[in-house]
Amino acid sequence: MAQVRRSAPVYDVVVIGSGAGGGTVVQVLTKLGVNVALLEAGGMLNPAKDFKEHMWPYQVPHRGAGEAAESYFGRKDFGFFSAVNGWWEIEGEPYTTAPGSSFRWFRSRILGGRTNHYGRISLRFADYDFKPYSRDGLGTDWPISYEDVAPYYDKVEEFIGVFGSKEGIRSAPDGIFHTPPPPRAHEVLIQKACAKLNIPCISSRLSVITRPINGRAACHYCGQCGRGCVTASKYSSSQVQILPALKSGKLTIITNAMARELITNDEGLVTAVSYIDKTTRTEKQIRCRTVVLAASACESARLLLNSKSSRHPNGLANSSGVVGRYLTDTTGYSMSGHIPALVGMLKHDTDGVDGGHVYMPWWLWDKQKEAGFPRGYHIEVGGGYNMPSIGSFNRTIQRHEGYGASLKAKIREEYGTFVSFAGRGEMIPNEHSYCEIDPDVVDQWGIPVLRFHFKWSDYERAQVKHMEQTFTEIIEIMGGTVVTKQKDISVPGEIIHELGTVRMGDDPKTSALNKYCQAHDVKNLFVADAAPFVSNPDKNPTLTICALAWRTAEYLAEELRKGNV
Amino acid sequence: MSEVTRRDWLTALGAAMLSGGISAEAAQHVHQAVAEAKKPAAGAYKPKVFTAHEYKTLQVLADLIIPADEVSKGAVEAGAPEFIDLLCSGNSQLALIYTGGLGWLDRESQKRFDAVFVEAKPDQQRALLDLLAYSKNAKPELAPGINFFNWARRMVVDAFYTSPIGIADVGYKGNKGMAKFEVPVEAIRYALKRSGLG
Repeated sequence: MAQVRRSAPVYDVVVIGSGAGGGTVVQVLTKLGVNVALLEAGGMLNPAKDFKEHMWPYQVPHRGAGEAAESYFGRKDFGFFSAVNGWWEIEGEPYTTAPGSSFRWFRSRILGGRTNHYGRISLRFADYDFKPYSRDGLGTDWPISYEDVAPYYDKVEEFIGVFGSKEGIRSAPDGIFHTPPPPRAHEVLIQKACAKLNIPCISSRLSVITRPINGRAACHYCGQCGRGCVTASKYSSSQVQILPALKSGKLTIITNAMARELITNDEGLVTAVSYIDKTTRTEKQIRCRTVVLAASACESARLLLNSKSSRHPNGLANSSGVVGRYLTDTTGYSMSGHIPALVGMLKHDTDGVDGGHVYMPWWLWDKQKEAGFPRGYHIEVGGGYNMPSIGSFNRTIQRHEGYGASLKAKIREEYGTFVSFAGRGEMIPNEHSYCEIDPDVVDQWGIPVLRFHFKWSDYERAQVKHMEQTFTEIIEIMGGTVVTKQKDISVPGEIIHELGTVRMGDDPKTSALNKYCQAHDVKNLFVADAAPFVSNPDKNPTLTICALAWRTAEYLAEELRKGNV
Repeated sequence: MSEVTRRDWLTALGAAMLSGGISAEAAQHVHQAVAEAKKPAAGAYKPKVFTAHEYKTLQVLADLIIPADEVSKGAVEAGAPEFIDLLCSGNSQLALIYTGGLGWLDRESQKRFDAVFVEAKPDQQRALLDLLAYSKNAKPELAPGINFFNWARRMVVDAFYTSPIGIADVGYKGNKGMAKFEVPVEAIRYALKRSGLG
């Protein structure tokens, strides 16, 4: 039975989830003097202890392969040196997929969630991205426009710090940028090749600071952002928003708290959150005036669907029936090539910022008919003299048979001569892609789990075909040859941009949330992750999650002040 | 190389601390990592999984796959056999691949040269490996050996190039941190010229 202390405090706001959305809400609300409790399903993060930045592979006897040789038998994480994070499978927390569907659901159980390791790509949506239906009759328009979000993009960029260059490209609106690092040598070649194809290849826009702000040191260019940054020079909600917010005295963090259900009163308002204290495996409740779901798109949908009552038979905030619907992921396709022009180049430190220093924003946004598919993609690049690690030379040993001195010479010659391209494109929401509660399966705490349905459409397949042609052209113009290429479009969920499951809209019949991400049905319930997204443009979602969360938090604080919630 | 880069890194870190940009806790983390790296190896390595004979065979095989040359020392010096033994000790599937593979190698060597692998002459050892390493020589009856050789080749390469010797061999210059990211002009000029794009 739930242990509820009736004398327990009532928090102004309980935030569920500590990733980009939850972190931003915590930052904004505590700054405005609101009392916040933050529930995180995972443990506390200690960057100084948990991050393995600057370690050499030989500092551990297994060199990063894992003590049980995990690198050779299928990993369950991004690698020994990666920031504590999560995976598509978590012990004791299953999910299911419907027959004929595949979907991989990435979860992170740690303060800061996926922001501790994420790719840091920080792209504003374009004006047309908010009005997809008006543009081509596909998908649904957002209830808000670029102008509504732009001031919040400004605030987020200023606060977390994003580097980039101003370009005046409609598909990639400019922001408030730190000075970007220059392109690496292979990236200069890529820029030259793209120029021949009339593809813009501009500075990346990453949430990494190149001058000190808010007590955070400027990037020191070790190229290891994905391991977690001990100087907090890259954005993570844990280091940049949540741990600093503790100083306000307004924040209570409750870790190892797995939210189970939202408790409502006779008026249909949320009064408490029921959660499992994972350390004792007991159920507890925390009382609140308002609640913000930021548990990740699918986890937030799951929580609403599991909060059933006689008053809310379809789950909470779901009179429209859209909760769980319109699930999308970004499309993904990758290719690598060997570039002979790079053989014999002066070896130098190319670490820089973890990830490409350049990228290609979508260039056919005004020629979509010519392209032959309705929505675009951007291209991310890789290459350089990276720190050798387990598997670094797989491409060379696959390309060349043999062993001995000749193999050694080949590896020396080919080190740093490969480039890679990854396309990340927009998927249009479709009726076949959604999540729902599986009636037969529960997780280790007895919480019903999600069942996924998912189908790519021909739109996405045609887009990925275009990626393949484009990447091949770029590699060939660079004088190179294709070495590896993905066989097919990415498995749904693998790009980890799942979103759209609690969509916003003006009409309560066709949407769950209003334009401030407040539930139409339950006025003291808000959502601040990627669940409210109405479309999934070819821009990574994190910056927009932060911008919308900031906007929602300000609105929520104002509603609290007015006594409306 | 690594000593110098560690020192550089600590210098950079010191500067960052003076400017208030890095916490003492973070600095301690790096100091600990550096200290770990400096721990001396404690005597000769005692295999956890392999018999003395198997381990000797693995050593010979490792140095055949990545031998010493004019640039750097070989796989044994870089710790490849220790790495493989350690991983086998944590994964019985991998241990089976290696003990089975080493056994296969000995039996095949015995059949062909009347000597176990370590006692065969170097040209005989290479003749046997050539049958496993090149697809033109592949025969169905060699399949267990080919499979084992592919495992050993991949893991010896991984072990060698994640060691200080291998890292220096390919010329990785990073993991030091820098105040400003710059690319040598001559590197860009060289690549542009060779690509025909410049």
